[in-house]
Amino acid sequence: MSDTHSESALHTAYVRKEMLPERDPPASQKGAVLWMRENLFSSIPNAIMTVVSLYVIYYILAGIGPWMIGGIWDAESLTECRAIRDELYGHGREVACWAVITDRWHQLLFGFYPQDLYWRPILTLALFGVAVAPVLFENAPRPLLIVTAIFPFVAYFLLWGGSVWGPAAVAVGFILAWAILTYTQDILGSLAATLAAIVVPLLYWLYLVGPVAGWLHGLAPIGIEAVGSDEIGGFLLALVIGGTGIILSLPIGILLALGRQSDLFIINKCSVIFIEVIRGVPLIVWLFTASLLLNYFLPPGTNFDLMLRVIIMVTLFASAYIAEVVRGGLAALPRGQYEGADSLGLNYWQSMQLIVLPQALKISIPGIVSTFIGLFKDTTLVVFVGLSDPIGFSNLIRATSEWNGIYWELFIFIGICFWIFCFSMSRYSQWLERKLNTGHR
Amino acid sequence: MKKSVFLGTLAVTGLAAGFAAADAHSGGTLGEVQARGALNCGVTTGLVGFAAPDANGEWQGFDVDVCRAVAAAVLDDPSAVNFVPTTGQTRFTALASGEIDLLARNTTWTFSRDVDLRFEFVGINYYDGQGFMVPRDLGVASALELDGATVCIQTGTTTELNLADFFSSNNMSYEPVPVETNAEAQQQYLAGACDVYTTDASGLAATRATFEDPAAHVVLPEIISKEPLGPLVRHGDNEWGDIARWTLNALIAAEELGVTSANVAELAGGTENPEINRLLGTEGALGEMLGLDNDWAQRAIAAVGNYGESFERNIGENSAIGLSRGLNAQWTDGGLLYAPPFR
Amino acid sequence: MTIQVIALILIMGGIYWLARNTVQNLSELGKDFDFGFLSQRAGYDINQRLVEYTNDSTHARAALVGILNTLLVAFLGCLMATILGVIAGVLRLSKNWIVGRLMTVYVEGFRNVPLLLWIIAIFAVMTEATPQPRDFRGDDPDASMILGESVAITNRGIFIPSPVWGDGAMLLVLTFVASLVAIFLFRRFAHKRQEATGEILPVLWVSLGLFIVPTLLVYLAYSATGARDQFPVLAVGAQQGMTLEEFTDENRNPAICALPRTAAVNLSTDLRAIGERASIVPVETSADLQSNIESGECVLAVISPEAGETLVAGVEGVALAPLEDTVDRGRPLQFERPQLAGFNFEGGLQLRNSLIALWFALSLYTGAFIAEIVRAGILAVSHGQTEAAGALGMRSNRIMNLVVLPQALRVIIPPLISQYLNLTKNSSLAIAVGYMDVRATLGGITINQTGRELEGMLLLGLFYLITSLAIAGVMNIYNASVKLKER
Repeated sequence: MSDTHSESALHTAYVRKEMLPERDPPASQKGAVLWMRENLFSSIPNAIMTVVSLYVIYYILAGIGPWMIGGIWDAESLTECRAIRDELYGHGREVACWAVITDRWHQLLFGFYPQDLYWRPILTLALFGVAVAPVLFENAPRPLLIVTAIFPFVAYFLLWGGSVWGPAAVAVGFILAWAILTYTQDILGSLAATLAAIVVPLLYWLYLVGPVAGWLHGLAPIGIEAVGSDEIGGFLLALVIGGTGIILSLPIGILLALGRQSDLFIINKCSVIFIEVIRGVPLIVWLFTASLLLNYFLPPGTNFDLMLRVIIMVTLFASAYIAEVVRGGLAALPRGQYEGADSLGLNYWQSMQLIVLPQALKISIPGIVSTFIGLFKDTTLVVFVGLSDPIGFSNLIRATSEWNGIYWELFIFIGICFWIFCFSMSRYSQWLERKLNTGHR
Repeated sequence: MKKSVFLGTLAVTGLAAGFAAADAHSGGTLGEVQARGALNCGVTTGLVGFAAPDANGEWQGFDVDVCRAVAAAVLDDPSAVNFVPTTGQTRFTALASGEIDLLARNTTWTFSRDVDLRFEFVGINYYDGQGFMVPRDLGVASALELDGATVCIQTGTTTELNLADFFSSNNMSYEPVPVETNAEAQQQYLAGACDVYTTDASGLAATRATFEDPAAHVVLPEIISKEPLGPLVRHGDNEWGDIARWTLNALIAAEELGVTSANVAELAGGTENPEINRLLGTEGALGEMLGLDNDWAQRAIAAVGNYGESFERNIGENSAIGLSRGLNAQWTDGGLLYAPPFR
Repeated sequence: MTIQVIALILIMGGIYWLARNTVQNLSELGKDFDFGFLSQRAGYDINQRLVEYTNDSTHARAALVGILNTLLVAFLGCLMATILGVIAGVLRLSKNWIVGRLMTVYVEGFRNVPLLLWIIAIFAVMTEATPQPRDFRGDDPDASMILGESVAITNRGIFIPSPVWGDGAMLLVLTFVASLVAIFLFRRFAHKRQEATGEILPVLWVSLGLFIVPTLLVYLAYSATGARDQFPVLAVGAQQGMTLEEFTDENRNPAICALPRTAAVNLSTDLRAIGERASIVPVETSADLQSNIESGECVLAVISPEAGETLVAGVEGVALAPLEDTVDRGRPLQFERPQLAGFNFEGGLQLRNSLIALWFALSLYTGAFIAEIVRAGILAVSHGQTEAAGALGMRSNRIMNLVVLPQALRVIIPPLISQYLNLTKNSSLAIAVGYMDVRATLGGITINQTGRELEGMLLLGLFYLITSLAIAGVMNIYNASVKLKER
């Protein structure tokens, strides 16, 4: 066998014995050139699009590049900025005056929040990150859920300050509700227990919170410097309104979604009407309602600050959107899950709590995150009712004699800040969506 | 089933009773302010020279000084003021609903605001009027030559109605370009999207002062409206109205009498002039009649200076805005400021 | 059941509580609940009005102007957002690296920055980047009109020629409608033919021909016969033989009543040439014209020579005499060009910057969201479908039209509906560029001037609610019609 082989090899000497060394592909078929041919100039229309795109990019960069890069960072006022510019570039050239940002960035971010207390909002934001972790990441340690539960009270305490006993006393109401729900169910029956769990805390908040907190504060005056709502502004305000709106609207939204899915006629219709009315009217109209009309609907003499009224309206607004997101999650669950829960003999609340909602909410998280992004962007509308969000602050800054006449710099700064925040949120939500998708397949 | 309906109804009744009992009525505004320890004062969302916060978050301006003076008179602390920025749309509701105690926001005193909207204007701290600004190279010398012009105008104010009236009464046409804020109006006007910018003459002067080349723009001589701007309070609480009114009058009278923030402490020791003595509380008991103490006016003047000092500091000829006193001079100097006697 | 009863009691109680508070608060403030303010004089001017409106009109009328403006920008916005979104969505999937990246930048940039900022920015960019009307002036102007001196792009808006209907317009419209019917019939015929025989008729070319040719022929025929007819100009209180210029020296900025309307436009163009700004009073019949002359509504009248003689004889209370100058009667359909006059361009149609900026901003912003929806929709169609269609020998545009798009549409339409709703609601941000939508008129200036915030806000909310429900309703019907029919 081996002989024949070697013999034939001998006779077929025209067949090459060893392979030629691999040659490089021709210059047009490798590296950057190939990449460009494939990705930029694969056909004539493609080439035209490439050239047009390049021109657009060049046009935009040539238009704003020198203005932005040549900007002046160190000046006390617009007049000074202009003087420096004339000195540097001669008359006639326009450059940005970023000095307004270096002078006022802290107001755009924190509003009138006392400068030595900036650690409080920053700490709150960090805590927020910790608090949402167990909700968003499945493999986060479970004990972190405690942080999630107490976060709203801690956040309130950190941002507004004052006595520690106020938020603590309010939190007790929730513990009360939980205790009633857990321990009286056997005695009263589930319906009565649920009702009691709603009514007793409400009565407690209405009548007892004030005195209890006052009494405790009298016993042990623990607290930090109080900061008024009117001192919160800029991005801090946008975050507070957006964050509070989403956190508070989650439970309401879930209830509304359940109401809309429910077979009970009155509850179903009321939920539908509420959701559609809220969603059918623009947020700006609701904000004007908050600022102009809410006082009409409340008992005469009631008065609380505009920020709280706006938060209430934003919460109601967001809850309608959350309700629709959660409804989508509920609808996406296979029918068998509901039936399985029924067949185990679980009652409505038990099946919702143990089987349906955990799954439905998990599916809804990307939707909830994008609702949050939308809400966060929409907080810019509060400028129309006189709250000092970043855009409101840009107006205030322009109203000082130093910076009157400045226009683009402030908007660009605000836009970039919004972009960074929203883009990272949306990236995260997309990542989550991908993860959830694979989980289902 | 019946039991639970009963329980439910009981719960609902309990809640309703709870809400009903939560209704609470408040006393007079003075009492509220003193109990709160701070004055809630409505200002603009930023108007050069009249109200704006500086880099430290301290509000400055001509309207702001009114707030500080009242706070000094009532609470002995010119910084005990919560400034509430209000827009043209929300200002009246904020005042009517009690969110703010005093609105010092370049608001024009008109019949319907006073009578129909139920407010009480406590005086006039700035006599203004609506004017026009045009680029000089347009070659326009009078507002009557503006037929067919495009006019930038801030929405939500009386200026819209004045403008409509002015053009229709002179049988001219125009194209309104409504803008939301002064900053946008400046931007639009400088880019030439409108030929004319119209707003209160003080606003025009303040805007023009910030232009790169103020000399390239002229404010036309016509003033087409009367805009008496003043602070206001809610109808019905006369004690509080009196305090705001006489604090403003005290600032005006102080200028007339030569009392300044520099010499007020010295003059409070007693002077030859009985009017000054009454104003500063060394004679008579005017402060007590207001429900305050007798040093009230002295504190207000010490806090913000007299009317003239406040004017010069914020909007006067030596400030960035450079307004002359004009109508806002003392009556003795040919202006309209005329404080009633302190007696 | 129990829960329902309790819920009902709670809700009724809540409503009662709110209503009681409202009544109590209103009476305390001395206000009443009354829509009477709607019939009061508004007193302010609105620049863009689709229906007639002056500052003497009522607040209700101002609200109507605002409503129409809202609907206009919402409609235009939805249209353009769809186009932009589809283009960007498809291009994002493009193999061209740079185009794909550019589209990603567009989508992420617009989606992650508040709409309000974009509206303000686009409005400001447009005013900075386009020339002012006065740049068009002079012998060597910095800017000039485009498309044969008929369109002017300025920083106050884009001025385009406006159509004016003259004599014979009716015939023109009828011909046009008839050709549309013919196109429809032909397409049906061609479709049947194709089903029956497989022969494909040149539908596009025939349709195009039918669309243009008959109407054009009628237009040319009519123009050739009567367009150059000269109509006399009759002036109130003029002497025989006066020229137009002499008359207008005494009567500045005259008002014109004319039949047909093209004659009025021609006259006002002539007047503009001698530096006069005329206003046109719309008239429908010669009786209208006569009464307008008698009441002094207009001082110049243009009408056919025969009717002119009867008019001069019949008019009472004023002296009417023909001037030296005459005007063209005009074609059945004529375009009035914008002209530079006084401070600004006049004549033609002005698309204001506020409208364009709001329109662009809404479309670009919503388009970014639609692009994502379209991209997801196209990706949702399995690749096997495209390949199968290719295996059948279909060409790529047919694959797109007949296979991919119909399937992608089912995924695209439901989220698209909510984007349309969002755009409509977002149009209330018009406040930022001073576009006079319903929120700016009814919900803004009217409330501010009358102090009727409760009533005004209620009407405003109701309007948006009804609009939203209507859009959702219509789109849901459409969605049902393209949905996969399960049998």
